[in-house]
Amino acid sequence: MKALILLSSLGVIALLAEIFSFKKLIYPIVLLGLVLAFILNMFDWDTNQLYFKMMQTDNYAIAFTSLIIVISFLWFIMAEGFFKEESNQSDHFALVLFALVGAVIMVSYTNMAMLFLGIEILSIPMYILAGSNKSDVLSNEAAFKYLIMGAFATGFLLFGITLIYGATGSFDLTEIATVVSTNTAISSIFYVGVLLMLIGMSFKVSAAPFHFWAPDVYQGAPTVITAFMATIVKTAAFAAFLKLFHTTFSSLGETWMHIVWVMAALTLLVGNITAAIQTSTKRMLAYSSVAHAGYMLLALLANNSFSNSAILFYATAYSIASIATFCIVSIVANAKGSDVVDSFNGLAKSNPLLAFVMTIALLSLAGIPPTAGFFAKYYIFTSAFTAGNAGLVLIAIIASLVGVYYYFRIIIAMFFKENTNNQPLEVTINHKLLLIVIAVAIILLGLFPESIISLL
Amino acid sequence: MITLLLIFFPLIAALLLLSVKSEQAKNIAIAAAVAEFVIAIFALTQFQYNASIQFEVNYDWIKSVGISFHVGIDGISMLMVLLTSFLVPIIILTSINTHYKNANYFYALILAMQMALIGVFVSLDGFLFYVFWELALIPIYFICLLWGGENSAKITFKFFVYTLAGSLFMLGGLIYLYLHTAGLHSFNISALYAAGRSLDFVQQGYVFWAMFIAFAIKMPIFPFHTWQPDTYTVAPTQGTMMLSGIMLKMGTYGIIRWLLPIAPLGVEHWAYVAIALSVIGIVYASCIAIVQKDFKRLIAYSSIAHVGLISAGILAINVQGMQGAMVQMLSHGVNVVGLFFIVDIIQKRTNTREIATLGGIRNVNPQFAVLFLIVLLGSVALPLTNGFVGEFLLLNGVFQFNAWMTAFAGLSVILGAVYMLRSYQSIMLGETNLITSSFAPLSGNEKLVLVILSAAIIVFGIYPKPLLDIAAPAVNQLIEGVQIALVK
Repeated sequence: MKALILLSSLGVIALLAEIFSFKKLIYPIVLLGLVLAFILNMFDWDTNQLYFKMMQTDNYAIAFTSLIIVISFLWFIMAEGFFKEESNQSDHFALVLFALVGAVIMVSYTNMAMLFLGIEILSIPMYILAGSNKSDVLSNEAAFKYLIMGAFATGFLLFGITLIYGATGSFDLTEIATVVSTNTAISSIFYVGVLLMLIGMSFKVSAAPFHFWAPDVYQGAPTVITAFMATIVKTAAFAAFLKLFHTTFSSLGETWMHIVWVMAALTLLVGNITAAIQTSTKRMLAYSSVAHAGYMLLALLANNSFSNSAILFYATAYSIASIATFCIVSIVANAKGSDVVDSFNGLAKSNPLLAFVMTIALLSLAGIPPTAGFFAKYYIFTSAFTAGNAGLVLIAIIASLVGVYYYFRIIIAMFFKENTNNQPLEVTINHKLLLIVIAVAIILLGLFPESIISLL
Repeated sequence: MITLLLIFFPLIAALLLLSVKSEQAKNIAIAAAVAEFVIAIFALTQFQYNASIQFEVNYDWIKSVGISFHVGIDGISMLMVLLTSFLVPIIILTSINTHYKNANYFYALILAMQMALIGVFVSLDGFLFYVFWELALIPIYFICLLWGGENSAKITFKFFVYTLAGSLFMLGGLIYLYLHTAGLHSFNISALYAAGRSLDFVQQGYVFWAMFIAFAIKMPIFPFHTWQPDTYTVAPTQGTMMLSGIMLKMGTYGIIRWLLPIAPLGVEHWAYVAIALSVIGIVYASCIAIVQKDFKRLIAYSSIAHVGLISAGILAINVQGMQGAMVQMLSHGVNVVGLFFIVDIIQKRTNTREIATLGGIRNVNPQFAVLFLIVLLGSVALPLTNGFVGEFLLLNGVFQFNAWMTAFAGLSVILGAVYMLRSYQSIMLGETNLITSSFAPLSGNEKLVLVILSAAIIVFGIYPKPLLDIAAPAVNQLIEGVQIALVK
């Protein structure tokens, strides 16, 4: 809760910067503020406070909030160029910070109204940020598409919440859960409500068949914003999704599990197979982000004691690797003027550090030991196996192999192909440091995952 | 402690190599590899000749899910560690006249791979085994990709995906077993053994196939072999040696250490199919080897034939077959490295590997002809060479399983003699032609490597007992354990 207040005030401070003209200072203030928010957040560990039956700082919420803060810290360092533009600087800061507030609400809600608020607070800044590259048609298209699709999904969600309220007379998660478990004859509109909420959440996490917006939006939006959507937004959405279905609707497994089973299988296959035929790396990463949602759905579907820590670890591993890949993609695309796979040709020779970190990040995304991505996949598979979803694990294995195909296309381009366009790459010191830290973190998390999985 | 040293010394050396200049890399790599061999020999002197697991190290790793860093060496592991640490310096030595660009990375990758290989051979925890198993794949992938021949990107990628597919099935199998372990789930080898044996034969059958496919792809066994000839041909000589000399043994070792004890009923139930596949592979690969024009490719196919016999011998589940497999794993490692080195020597001097264009090298360089002949005879399993001991025991083991299978498996010896002797005849004998007339004499290093390998071939052909003795107690115990599980 303290972290939430701090983040909101940071957003306001960022807006004030324009008025009182201390724009140059916002960047350090925000970074410092994030560190402070992380520390304050950790103070709440094990306190399990309930705030007006609206939000709860249980360990689940704190773990995901911490993850979101850490990832956003890394993201701010990655996005330093984005905040150097002369105009709209403080707006951008404020929008991102308010989006973070929404994300934190999404992971700590205990009331459907808060869930809705959180999603909206997160989404509206994202609609604007997706279009922040105003002169670019694709960026405008992305913003528009995101807005339309997002509003559509919110509509479903809201309708679902309404129907559930109609059936149970409450917005509160625990009260709904009690009604569900004690009342044997729940009104049938309740089930419709659950399905509508499922659809709404699937839109937000971009699970097939509700993923169509993702590739266009991811490709059109500025790369840093894409990175934000692929990591922080996805993590928050999954945490909210999991909380809702793992606690409140858990006892109604048979109503939604078959649907999620099919969705997980579809997401894995569609995401991976479509990613394999892309030429633009950004679009490829967009589809791969869809595919990763599929793996996380496996843990959600398992609905057992592994689920929470499996999703937390997977989100961690996936997010840090994604920050690194998007950072490198944006550096390369800026220098070469294009983000096709061929832009990576010969990167190992011209810039070994980038190639090395990219390789580690891609190996992690592909799930190859000893990286964090491997343990994340292993843990997801274990949770799915425990729940008896062996068939889905088989599909996930095949999907992973397809995944290896497209991740390795970039690795092969970097190490094997000759560079034709000798445009020198400009990598700032901060980016170098960020990439080294991420590479070390990926390996360390892969070797010692216990520190994270023992949290939940 | 010595186990940890064996695993991590090559890794430290590899990291060190990254920071040195390309020119010095070769010498440092050789020094490191020889030092590793010395450590292995030291371990052998401390080794007690019984079936127990020695030099055991067991740390908690990821405690909450029952994963530990559990390593140890018994007789079977000891032989594999010896083979690895013996071959790696030899393999590095064979590259002494080759000048690779970015040599420091090249040797660092070879040493990193050695670390993973040793790790595979000493792991006593299923998860750790899997991690090392996968870890071995990354260095060899980059070795083949970056220093490989024409079209290496496509071919090595096929290799990578093929083996990764197998590995993932194995991971599925391991998780399945893990969830059947009693009490708090654990990946410890004894827990996995117990879990596997508590399953009925249908479930063991699932486990068998999940793991067997991984091992079969690695070896490779027909029909999972299609990556192998291309990869062996396109890889740089040292990469091919690592693949065929050592990495292939990960598959056979995996069957012995993990598959047999975990799923004895599954193995028994499917042994007919698996051995039949192995035997088909023997005949098929031998026949294809006969018509090969490229000598390196011919040896690649001969390797499929040899390894098919090894896997058939292991799956027959008896002491003779298993002992034969142990010996043959070592012999095959030595022989195949020798043969690929001979290919490399010929190719460097003549710029071709085409058997038909060569001829009469013996007239120019009789010394080379003799050393080549010794390695070749070891490979065709002539009595008094190391190949004979292994093949004899293996055929004996398969015979106890099924006589007809043995008849076909035995063809490997005859067909092997056909393609090897024919190619020897065509390359070394006959008229010296334009290409071979200027065949330069062997350099000191080349001589050294071939003499060491020839000595190993003859010595262990005449007196294989020291090698057999290292593994015998462990092999007997393993077979007894499996047979007890089968009787129940």
